[in-house]
Amino acid sequence: MSDQNISKDKGSDVFQLFKSMVGIGLICAALIAFVFQTTQPRIKKLKAAALEEAVFQVIPGMVQKKTYLLDEKGNIQIAKEGVTAGELIYAGYDNDGKLLGLAIQASGMGFADVIKVIYGYRPTTQKVIGFKVLDSKETPGLGDKIEKDEHFLTNFKALDVALAADGKTLQNEIKAVKQGQKKHEWEINGITGATISSRAIGAIFKESTQKWMPTIVVHSNIFSNDTTLTHGH
Amino acid sequence: MAIKKTTPTKVGFFQSLASAPSTDEFIKGLWRENPTFVQVLGMCPTLAVTNSLTNALAMGLATAFVLVASNGLISSLRNFIPKQVRIATYILIIATFVTLIDYSIQATSVSLHKSLGAFISLIVVNCVILGRAEAFASKNSIGLSLLDGLGMGLGFTFALSCLGTLREIMGNGSLFNFPIFGPAYQEWVVMILPAGGFFTLAIWLLFFNLLKKKSSK
Repeated sequence: MSDQNISKDKGSDVFQLFKSMVGIGLICAALIAFVFQTTQPRIKKLKAAALEEAVFQVIPGMVQKKTYLLDEKGNIQIAKEGVTAGELIYAGYDNDGKLLGLAIQASGMGFADVIKVIYGYRPTTQKVIGFKVLDSKETPGLGDKIEKDEHFLTNFKALDVALAADGKTLQNEIKAVKQGQKKHEWEINGITGATISSRAIGAIFKESTQKWMPTIVVHSNIFSNDTTLTHGH
Repeated sequence: MAIKKTTPTKVGFFQSLASAPSTDEFIKGLWRENPTFVQVLGMCPTLAVTNSLTNALAMGLATAFVLVASNGLISSLRNFIPKQVRIATYILIIATFVTLIDYSIQATSVSLHKSLGAFISLIVVNCVILGRAEAFASKNSIGLSLLDGLGMGLGFTFALSCLGTLREIMGNGSLFNFPIFGPAYQEWVVMILPAGGFFTLAIWLLFFNLLKKKSSK
């Protein structure tokens, strides 16, 4: 008899546990869903604004922007309004609609985590003209110098990424060298105290430019086409 | 409940305020039972995200929000939550509020969210919060639990700001990212590295313990 009682108690106990956990779980789920719904539009807007600002920073002097998409077949075309997925690049123009440069996103492994960067490329001179770190978790005070160090950032004012004669590879691979040892226009002066992070930037540039530069040069006509421009700042 | 109006010394003032039970629940977290300097709880964010004052303040306030909200909800559900599953339920509630604050910070500033990184989600396992839920909110009324959460949260924020101020000044020569020493200042980089967190915590613990010793004499 006592056995029966115990099992009965346990049964109602389990139900009570179940009731309270599920009940509280539902309240929590509803709360999260509500806050997610309310904050999501603003989060998207802020992220887009941050990216927009970065694009305008890496292409000095641009006032208008167009977004392009690299499709699976390796063709570059104008991205439809509101597209955020896929491999996007941004073209910057001056007031007269003259192409000033292209902003390209790239990423690669750093010291702590993946580093995401954006850089500006000028097709007429075949040079990198601007650079900004979008996302990095590099060590504060050491690795994060890749974001702030002025000497390091001057590397990206005129970094040579010209194509070789065959148009399929770079004439010279981008390479990170020790601080103060940069001799050529395609080398990146590293940072003492942030060796791994600055080398990582070198590797990111090497990979990204090898992938993008030949494609961009082949499709260079599309960027100067007259289509509707989005006015920025 | 009467609050005596004798304020001979600072400590006396706090003590007289503390004679009201509800005020005491609030005051104790700020000073006498400060989560960082006295209970030495929640060391992970204390050491990790105090490399600048902005980060420290944001982390402290986010934790304070979670503390107040979870204390309130747990206290109001305290007769409904079965003992066997109380910890799991507390974690569920705490995790919910952490998710809420995570989204809210993202919606406030992308760069702030970036610099706090993974530590926002790690508020879930901050033992200050679970500790207050188990030791206080599960046994006391909603009002007192909210006050307790607010006191502990602000005490935690205060402690983090102490560390953040010292580390940012020494390690980066700035405060709230504004340079205060000029370009000639050689940053003491170790202070914003993880090791600096330990040094700074030791300095503050030493200071507050000396202060306590003096005032108890």
